[in-house]
Amino acid sequence: MLRELRPALVMTAALTVITGLVYPLAVTGIAQGVLPHQANGSLIVRDGAVIGSGLVGQPFTGERYFHPRPSATTAPDPADPAKSVPAPYNAANSGGSNAGPTSKALVERIQGDAERLKAENPGVPVPADLVTTSGSGLDPDLSPAAADFQVPRVARARGLPEERVRRLVEAHTVPRLLGVLGEPTVNVLALNLALDAGAADR
Amino acid sequence: MTVNGWIQILLFVLLVAAVTRPLGGFMTRVFNGERSFLSSLLRPIERGLYRLAGVDEAAEQHWTAYAVSMLLFSAAGMAVLYLMQRLQGVLPFNPTGMAAVPADLAFNTAASFTTNTNWQNYGGESTMSHLVQMAGLTFHNYVSAATGTALAVALVRGFARASARTVGNFWVDLTRCTLYVLLPLCVVYALFLVWQGVPQTLGAYAEATTLEGAKQTLALGPVASQEAIKMLGTNGGGFFNANSAHPFENPNALTNLVQMVSIFALGAGLTNLFGRMVGDERQGWAILAAMGVLFLAGVTVAYWAEAQGNPAFAALGIDPAAGNMEGKETRFGIASSALFATVTTAASCGAVNAMHDSFTPLGGMVPLVNIMLGEVIVGGVGAGLYGMLLFVIIALFVAGLMVGRTPEYLGKKLEAKEVKMTMLAILCMPLMMLGLTAAAVVTDTGVASMANAGPHGFTEVLYAYVSGAGNNGSAFAGLSGNTPWYNLTLGLDMLVGRFLVIVPMLAIAGSLAAKRRAAASAGTFPTHDALFVGLLVGVILIVGGLTFFPALALGPLVEHLAMNAGTLF
Repeated sequence: MLRELRPALVMTAALTVITGLVYPLAVTGIAQGVLPHQANGSLIVRDGAVIGSGLVGQPFTGERYFHPRPSATTAPDPADPAKSVPAPYNAANSGGSNAGPTSKALVERIQGDAERLKAENPGVPVPADLVTTSGSGLDPDLSPAAADFQVPRVARARGLPEERVRRLVEAHTVPRLLGVLGEPTVNVLALNLALDAGAADR
Repeated sequence: MTVNGWIQILLFVLLVAAVTRPLGGFMTRVFNGERSFLSSLLRPIERGLYRLAGVDEAAEQHWTAYAVSMLLFSAAGMAVLYLMQRLQGVLPFNPTGMAAVPADLAFNTAASFTTNTNWQNYGGESTMSHLVQMAGLTFHNYVSAATGTALAVALVRGFARASARTVGNFWVDLTRCTLYVLLPLCVVYALFLVWQGVPQTLGAYAEATTLEGAKQTLALGPVASQEAIKMLGTNGGGFFNANSAHPFENPNALTNLVQMVSIFALGAGLTNLFGRMVGDERQGWAILAAMGVLFLAGVTVAYWAEAQGNPAFAALGIDPAAGNMEGKETRFGIASSALFATVTTAASCGAVNAMHDSFTPLGGMVPLVNIMLGEVIVGGVGAGLYGMLLFVIIALFVAGLMVGRTPEYLGKKLEAKEVKMTMLAILCMPLMMLGLTAAAVVTDTGVASMANAGPHGFTEVLYAYVSGAGNNGSAFAGLSGNTPWYNLTLGLDMLVGRFLVIVPMLAIAGSLAAKRRAAASAGTFPTHDALFVGLLVGVILIVGGLTFFPALALGPLVEHLAMNAGTLF
């Protein structure tokens, strides 16, 4: 048994160095050298300031912007760090609601959101992704239906014809990869940036 | 369900089938010690490791020595990870200033990563320093996968050899798997992930000011390097709390497909290695076929259930066509989320790209049942193959009883010792899963951790212990596992579920290797055809059903009835 002790200790130390330090540091070196934009989080810079990541969703509540899906992420309560409070799109603490399908709290939350949305755009079925939280709480995307659902509100708030805003949504709709993989999506931050840049003004 | 969804599932199956033979052939050469195209680069490192460790690579071990080596190595790694977490506050690579991890959580995490479970009672981005994520967790992601593979190869040698005393050398198998198989694949894989948008940095978290002027802190780190081995080694422990649902871990549909294929790749390849080593590749394909039958059954149920959605949502005027989107990402949708959940629990991976806790009752039951069946559907790297071979022994024992002759497999007679050891390995897992669940649901502290009321709360607890003993690591994540009770019992659950399966399995390997090979006769049951595949699938379902049906009835089945009746909790 003692004969096997030396390899156990040596292998633990040596493989820690190889797989735990050399491997990630080498990958970091190559990634930072060749793909620095992605390696540092695909950050979007406007006027010299970081406004977010192209891959991570961020909260929008104003009438003039397309809203992302609801988010279940939380943050420590400033008053009592042992507790947590809702903090949508907290990109330092990802996570979902973990509410089960027969959860009363979940159904009540969806009911509240659905009624608000129905008042905003009556007569149209509410897209499922617009009232459900994502697994990460950081979903950057909407389904095309969920973006389309918000067109009347955004057009009204910005004083634009609905048709132009709808065309902008279509231009920002990313189809399935090779027509097969995943689902069609609209990146909310990219769409809102285009709105702010005046892409729907003409 | 849509045609497009099924095309995605079919594409996935074809890709796995396509990589099985090349990977099987490559791994066979590696474990036989033959030269490969990587040898000129890696052979000097391999030799240096043996010299440093005092290992004679030509000297093979009896199964007992193989087991002792494996246990000592696991114990050493577990101790190091425990200490590293306790001391992370004073160690380097800690730009966010993470404090020491509490003792019970550090024990749970050390047990979890040592056993290839990667159950996480912590949120990675809010708990662990970059040093722990790399040197602690990435190391275990490698070596727990390499250990599993080594053990599977040892068992395969037991079948392949005759009248032999030894089953291989643990240190050599461990080193070769790490250096020749896992490292090169992961370097390429990690860089692919970075290209697609997965971060890889040692810097601090990024601060952003959103379009509406709010502050957003973006957690970053050496994600891609951990992500690659997390999937390929069927570990499943994410860098972030949300795991592969997080857009930084799994940014798009392409990375999602590659991640799913990489969960199955090495496990599927090992079935081919098995066929090659016993001298008949059909034997490997028969095993893979049995896995495939169970897999397709699981994915069909999960996809159907999730696409049906939740009747409670439809009643509120929500468009039912999109299915159950709670806890799922838009870019993956229903088909890729249901597929991922089936894949990650068919193997012992445990990574998730959607929250299983929010699946419909039957959709969430599929991952649960997959783990209960022992994750033999391709399975964990190594663990899946040896788990499946244990079921093969049971299946042939049952077939032998039916015709009244001593069962044999690949020319080896399966006698009382092998069958007893197999039963020991197969019974200890349900004992832990069901016994600890029963204990948890009658204690106040166990019940207090449930996030959901009603039968769903029971399923959360059941899922936790099933996932732990099965060394899976996925979760009905609403359960607040970071309490002393769950940290300690789940830690025990994982250790028993790994090592009390491995040691009997190695005993079988040793005993088989020592046997003489009997020539096949007219009475030999062929083990490469559809009849055998059917028998094997049947035995797995019967053993699983007899063991777990009552627990499933109390959890997901009753919840399904409640959901359709409109009952909320």
